[in-house]
Amino acid sequence: MEKTPQTMPRQSWTFSNEANAEIRRAAATGIYDIRGGGAKRRVPHFDDLLFLGASMSRYPLEGYRERCETSVTLGTRFAKKPIELKIPITIAGMSFGSLSANAKEALGRGATMAGTSTTTGDGGMTEEERGHSEKLVYQYLPSRYGMNPDDIRRADAIEVVVGQGAKPGGGGMLLGQKITQRVADMRSLPVGIDQRSACRHPDWTGPDDLEIKILELREITNWEKPIYIKIGGARPYYDTALAVKAGADVVVLDGMQGGTAATQDVFIEHVGQPTLACIRPAVQALQDLGMHREVQLVVSGGIRTGADVAKALALGADAVSIGTAALIALGDNDPKWESEYQKLGTTTGAYDDWHEGRDPAGITTQDPELMKRLDPEMAGRRLRNYLNVLTLECQTLARACGHNHVHNLEPEDLCALTMEAAAMAQVPLAGTNWYPGKPGF
Amino acid sequence: MSVTLDMSQTPLREVNATLQAAAKAQSNEPHVIVNARGSHAMAVGLDGPLHVTVKGSTGYYCAGMNKEATVTVEGSAGPGVAENMMSGVVTIEGDASQYAGATGHGGLLNIKGNASSRCGISMKGIDIVVHGNIGHMSAFMAQKGNLVVLGDAGDALGDSLYEARLFVRGSVKSLGADCIEKEMRPEHVEVLKELLERAGADAKPEEFKRYGSARKLYNFNIDHAGEY
Repeated sequence: MEKTPQTMPRQSWTFSNEANAEIRRAAATGIYDIRGGGAKRRVPHFDDLLFLGASMSRYPLEGYRERCETSVTLGTRFAKKPIELKIPITIAGMSFGSLSANAKEALGRGATMAGTSTTTGDGGMTEEERGHSEKLVYQYLPSRYGMNPDDIRRADAIEVVVGQGAKPGGGGMLLGQKITQRVADMRSLPVGIDQRSACRHPDWTGPDDLEIKILELREITNWEKPIYIKIGGARPYYDTALAVKAGADVVVLDGMQGGTAATQDVFIEHVGQPTLACIRPAVQALQDLGMHREVQLVVSGGIRTGADVAKALALGADAVSIGTAALIALGDNDPKWESEYQKLGTTTGAYDDWHEGRDPAGITTQDPELMKRLDPEMAGRRLRNYLNVLTLECQTLARACGHNHVHNLEPEDLCALTMEAAAMAQVPLAGTNWYPGKPGF
Repeated sequence: MSVTLDMSQTPLREVNATLQAAAKAQSNEPHVIVNARGSHAMAVGLDGPLHVTVKGSTGYYCAGMNKEATVTVEGSAGPGVAENMMSGVVTIEGDASQYAGATGHGGLLNIKGNASSRCGISMKGIDIVVHGNIGHMSAFMAQKGNLVVLGDAGDALGDSLYEARLFVRGSVKSLGADCIEKEMRPEHVEVLKELLERAGADAKPEEFKRYGSARKLYNFNIDHAGEY
């Protein structure tokens, strides 16, 4: 008897294996998923832009003979001592506690060798970090863990953290597994408890208050230190304008691909805007206030290559900041630890349970044995190499567009591959002179 | 002899630079600020055993991040007085606005009048004595140190409290999440007695109740999710 044809087993697009697995995990545990890193979903990004390069209307610079400058000065508006960087790529704020002391030292070493700055994080400033960072930005966070005036005075700049791209509107968390005696002492809290960092500052609300807070910080530091304000990619036009109004020297704008040490997956994936969508509104705000280039704009969230750096600069940023990419350069998610990732139920490239403190690479951990796996000197050199490559790639693209400084890159150098990217970056769709929303069309 | 700084004549920057230099030099000369007129960020970042008196009321963040200095405000203080104080003594003769002593790590903040909301928010080791009442959400996420209130406390006292100790003589309108009344043991009576003496407060330790953390929110437990 002939067998009756049957329909193929059909998986639901809505109830995908991934969605179903999360439903089962939630049902079994009763708690939302917590993880590190930034948004993993596909969003319009720098990959959706291309440089046009030189042509009849402009000529390129010779790659190995004609200079293309990369230096940037941050904090020129009010600070007596602005920060001079050799490259327009900085290391983003990441906390000691979330990261091991060796990792923080490696970040300082690599940044210093490359001629740029690194940044503290929630939890205060460590000697390893200060000692190995020629230029160190001190984050001023809602938790104020480890905050003290001595560290403020020995910092090179102060970054008031209002928001973060991975979780605009959210506070931080550092789970008990990583709260060793040293971490607990720095934060004035008991060992082993889950540490919650508040989502807003304890002693000011809104930009009017922040203006006074910044006045206090400047008075404490003799108006020497540049004051950055870091915002998550939520409402970039108004947030940037208000940051300028509050007295920022530098605005740090972090899109949703920007990482975090630990927060709810639902927060990371469903709050905030892609980095690409944030830059032009922020630049527009600065231009409307006559502050573009006077208040510097640092963009972060998903920067991986020199092309990403160049595109961010072309859209109007003065510099970029990297976090996740810096950790990968140090050795995070390296295939050499694949067998250990598998024991943790994950795989190379997908490991994001940074909050559990079991990082095989010894970076996002406080376990003494795991920490030993990261040699801070070697890891620092890897970061230096990576930063150098980003810079060389950025210079290559700038020269190809005929620019003798990477800051001369401009939106006119770009086109977009998709309608979405064209709309967000406000550069023409490839092959056209049009982008969605372009006035006068 | 004392040094007088007149804020109707002298810019804030010059006032603070003078005080900061004198504190660093461990000057024995008391410094007096007159015509304060509610200025913000006065006497901030002092790093040494200087005596400063402010004649009149202050704006935001007076004596912010104080170390070792003794600052007395002969008036009332605006928001964030003695925020993130490390050591020393800050005395407010009048009332204090919101966030008094926020995130303070050490020293004594002595408020002779009332303190508004969020007094001692995220305190990390500071001692705060309020002779009058305190407002709502005081000692929110307070980590270490002692908050002593001779009067009444507003709503949600000690919400999400860590290891700070709260002593209240009067009534408490409500306790915040994870904050409970606790036994007043002899060591607490000793701490409180010493603090009351230092603050010149006319009260006996036995008149107070102690509040602290139930420690149920220290590690996430789904059965306590409603408390978050």
